[in-house]
Amino acid sequence: MSQTVDVGTPPAPARDERVARKSPLARLMTRPEIGALAGAIVIYLIFFIVAPPFRDANSLASVLYVSSTYGIPAVAVALLMIGGEFDLSAGVAVTSSALVASMLSYQFSANMFVGVLVALVVSLVIGFINGYLVVKTGIPSFLVTLGTFFMLRGLNLAITKIVTGNVGTNDVSNIQGFGAAKAVFASEFKVGSVSIRITLLWWILFVLIATWVLVRTHIGNWIFAVGGSAPSSRAVGVPVNKVKIGLFMTVGFMAWFTGMHILFAFNTVQSGLGLGNEFIYIVAAVVGGCLLTGGYGSVIGAAIGAFIFGMANQGIVYAGWNPDWFYFFLGALLLGAILLNNFIRLRAEASR
Amino acid sequence: MTTTTADTRTAAPLVRLTDAGKNYGNIIALQGVTLDVGASEVTCVLGDNGAGKSTLIKIIAGLHQHTHGTYEVEGESVHFASPRAALDRGIATVYQDLAVVPLMPVWRNFFLGNEVRKGPAMDIAAMRKMAKQELLDMGIDLRDVDQPIGTLSGGERQCVAIARAVHFGARVLILDEPTAALGVKQSGVVLRYIIQAKERGLGVIFITHNPHHAYPVGDRFLILKRGRSLGYWKKNEVSMGELTGLMAGGSELEELTHELEEAGAEASALREVAQVFEQEVAELHVGGHGTPPSGNTEARGDPTQP
Repeated sequence: MSQTVDVGTPPAPARDERVARKSPLARLMTRPEIGALAGAIVIYLIFFIVAPPFRDANSLASVLYVSSTYGIPAVAVALLMIGGEFDLSAGVAVTSSALVASMLSYQFSANMFVGVLVALVVSLVIGFINGYLVVKTGIPSFLVTLGTFFMLRGLNLAITKIVTGNVGTNDVSNIQGFGAAKAVFASEFKVGSVSIRITLLWWILFVLIATWVLVRTHIGNWIFAVGGSAPSSRAVGVPVNKVKIGLFMTVGFMAWFTGMHILFAFNTVQSGLGLGNEFIYIVAAVVGGCLLTGGYGSVIGAAIGAFIFGMANQGIVYAGWNPDWFYFFLGALLLGAILLNNFIRLRAEASR
Repeated sequence: MTTTTADTRTAAPLVRLTDAGKNYGNIIALQGVTLDVGASEVTCVLGDNGAGKSTLIKIIAGLHQHTHGTYEVEGESVHFASPRAALDRGIATVYQDLAVVPLMPVWRNFFLGNEVRKGPAMDIAAMRKMAKQELLDMGIDLRDVDQPIGTLSGGERQCVAIARAVHFGARVLILDEPTAALGVKQSGVVLRYIIQAKERGLGVIFITHNPHHAYPVGDRFLILKRGRSLGYWKKNEVSMGELTGLMAGGSELEELTHELEEAGAEASALREVAQVFEQEVAELHVGGHGTPPSGNTEARGDPTQP
């Protein structure tokens, strides 16, 4: 039983063997984003070669737009996953938020921003309920949010039908404050001849803020810790429950933001929208290097994951391929990413 | 061997239990435990599985409350409501399995829950530097405090957890079986660390079921058996063999000693070979044939005495 890792002896003779243990390449390999980055480059090159329309700057802008609509909620989903939890209700919660804002302002003829703010509160409350149930009952978040997923799905349809008599909401474009709200959530601007959607800027901003919080602040330290080992974190005084509830509420916030974008981009909301999107957020986070088991990952990785999704989504169209294959491609991507992540984690936890 | 506990007490030690006990409903988990922990003292709590060691540390650490007797911190009677309350009085517990978050870098683990802030952010450079220096002071030289702590050996991880408690102002350290899952060499690292903590002026409560680990570092020894205190001794009042004997219990042990002495002859022969070998090939580790079961630890190279 010879112990190969012996650093216990005071000031160290064994320096050489330790230096050899970690080459720069191995260090780079342990970055959570590295797999996603490599994948993104490969996929970009493939579409660049096979699909001439893909090379156009406007196509890239549209890929980035699609990426941003999935990437914004994926920011929060990635943080939540690093904190060791899931949220399956995120996809329909986006729709719930849009429905609340739209119907409230329309039915009460209130200023659009009243609906927007009420929707924000509703979304944060949904996040809080998810988080509270998870930390208080100890039931896995997969099951808790599966429950809230179905409940929200039912509520979206049922309440919309009661209020509007239809499966969609009425057009809100004539309501006071619509223009200003659209400017915030769904405007476009031109850079040269390329038309850029404002969600791209918001996405970049959210990614930067979330990365800063995760890497540079004590809150980020706690997020990593509660995902890595909640009991150990509790033992050193980290408020585990507050961190987890806060993460669920962050998902609520991002769902609200995405919901507002959808509302002001299309003026109406279909109550069945958003179904299945929760998985795409999760795929983006996992492809970006977040461990399903928590404690490891990156928001930038999740952004790259969402970009890969956007490229694939649009690139297949530009390439003229049969879009029926899209979900097969998505699934293969996910499996590959999980295999890579497993490999990385085994390395990180080696010699336990 | 004297079994009295009299005259071993100093004025207002850091932690003092007097005739403390704990009942869970009608089950008596712990009864009549008297214990002092002074500064720069290592108090070892020994006992087999189910002897009440966990209950005792949970009382001291604030996870549970005692139902009988008194618990004083620096002369003041206390009933801690939570581990946080105990922590605020400088009583820190390092649990064997709850010490660290394996996937996080060493420095993040070190400051977890006590991050150094600079404005809204953390002062990462300072934290890296302090973690490295603090570990170096305690004899752990890490090339890179950014490596996940899971890549360290079990002994080192325990040491980081202990260094963390020391750094954040613990005055009494409770170590819950820190050597239980470790090999011989790794245990040596942790034991050396316990001595370091002691030399820094901390009171240490070292829970173990291994008298071979307890005796070299301990100043006082409390033996628990089936929830009762079997006795409380200073080091000069008890020998290694007696400790082992008390833990295992009289007649069973005599048989065991007999068997072990026979085996011990072989072991000492092995030891001689090993010593010669070690001198000739210093970098090779020839140890690790387990703890020689002869009972006299002083003869064996004691890992804690440099």
